[in-house]
Amino acid sequence: MEGYSEKVMDHFFNPRNVGTLEDANAVGEVGNARCGDIMKMYMKIEDEVIVDVKFQTFGCGAAVATSSMVTELIKGKTIEEAMKITNQRVAEALDGLPPVKMHCSNLAESAVKAAIDNYREKQNGEKK
Amino acid sequence: MSKNIYLDNSATTKLNPIVLDEMMPYLKDMYGNASSIYSIGRESRKAIDKARDRVANALNANSSEIFFTNGGTESDNWAIKGVAFANRKKGNHIITTNIEHHAVLHTCQYLEKNGFEVTYLPVKENGIVDVNDFKKALRKDTILVSVMFANNEIGTVQPIKEIGEITKEKGIYFHTDAVQAVGNIPIDVNELNIDLLSLSAHKFNGPKGVGALYIRRGVNIEAFLHGGAQERNRRAGTENVAGIVGLGKAIEIATKDIEKKSKKLIELRDMTIKGLLEKIPDTRVNGDLQKRLPGNVNVCFKYIEGESILLLLDMKGVCASSGSACTSGSLDPSHVLLAIGLPHEIAHGSLRLTFSTENSKDDVEYLLDILPPIVQRLRDMSPLISKH
Repeated sequence: MEGYSEKVMDHFFNPRNVGTLEDANAVGEVGNARCGDIMKMYMKIEDEVIVDVKFQTFGCGAAVATSSMVTELIKGKTIEEAMKITNQRVAEALDGLPPVKMHCSNLAESAVKAAIDNYREKQNGEKK
Repeated sequence: MSKNIYLDNSATTKLNPIVLDEMMPYLKDMYGNASSIYSIGRESRKAIDKARDRVANALNANSSEIFFTNGGTESDNWAIKGVAFANRKKGNHIITTNIEHHAVLHTCQYLEKNGFEVTYLPVKENGIVDVNDFKKALRKDTILVSVMFANNEIGTVQPIKEIGEITKEKGIYFHTDAVQAVGNIPIDVNELNIDLLSLSAHKFNGPKGVGALYIRRGVNIEAFLHGGAQERNRRAGTENVAGIVGLGKAIEIATKDIEKKSKKLIELRDMTIKGLLEKIPDTRVNGDLQKRLPGNVNVCFKYIEGESILLLLDMKGVCASSGSACTSGSLDPSHVLLAIGLPHEIAHGSLRLTFSTENSKDDVEYLLDILPPIVQRLRDMSPLISKH
């Protein structure tokens, strides 16, 4: 099988920001167990800035590594900036992914968007 | 010193040094073409004949019924396509199972595209075909039955003897993919009424790239490769002499003392299964516990994914395999695990450990020490846990 880059292995073996956030005000979950990967993203957003982020992932090495990397990329960023994160950007930050694993990086992008959507829905709810 | 524990002997095995010694002359000075008339050519021919006798002895077959190929996949392709196309006038129907190796499944699917009808028998929850289902699937136009001897993933041993009795009575050809069984289970093609049998040298400490197909005398089968007169005009191409010699030596060693060997493997297997069930909650064992290859362990750990387990095991020096989608290169987990009724999310968390006689109880103890924290680490990361 095509190997993982050192960065992927590093993020798999030492994932950053693993876990849950009790005071999260944005939670997004994507993927499904049937396909073998699920990512759940927890964020604490203050004044449109992601001040903290954690993740839980069920999946392969690439799924864990992309989850870890995407949390690093968005931590401290505004939600507007975070929404611009693409799967390509995540894969590049990991020095690339084997072609069969590219869908894992889609999942990371989608998880961020799902969490931010969740936050906006809640905000709209409060305004009403 | 860093550990290196190889527990993937169903994927391939280490070449036995005695086998290598026997092969070496044919990779060096004895390079003659077995079809040539001068002495080094005749030496190659003699070496091939000797290997053919050894393979025949191991299966209780006649030497003229052994045909060398480049491995298990080729043998399966030849047996199934060769019999199907040669007997098309007799009938159009083939019976196999839904837990076969892809070498059989994809060959059958190819034949379906070419107008054959194929019945894929299901298996019971224990991973074994129900002989009654098999009897019901038989038709007047059934020309070939292909049922694997033992499954490569979950190790389950199929009712070969029962099937052989029925196919013999009905006059239907019976092929078995015995790639995982040869060297692990004693096989007598006459006692079991097997007409065609596939085997591969690298599964029993022989070299890669060489295998054989047993074809019972009188079986109507097409030639596989067209060209020279090698393998009695049925499989053309200059023989892989060193490989064939290696196959012969390896099968001789592997089929000697099978009972002693299998006793040791069963001990390691059962110790592993017992230890994993005791130490790791939410673990299930896949496949029948008795009718099973002596060295096969296949388990699923709920809430986690197989490739992640393999990467962490690799870091601890343990080589193993999994039936998760990520390790198969597709989006679906192993067809075998789905066939025994596992939901997708459970099948993704499978781990296969396959032992050889080179493994020891120390290896098992080491595994039982390092695996529980690996599973726990991945479960701590899993979003599935909190839902249960």
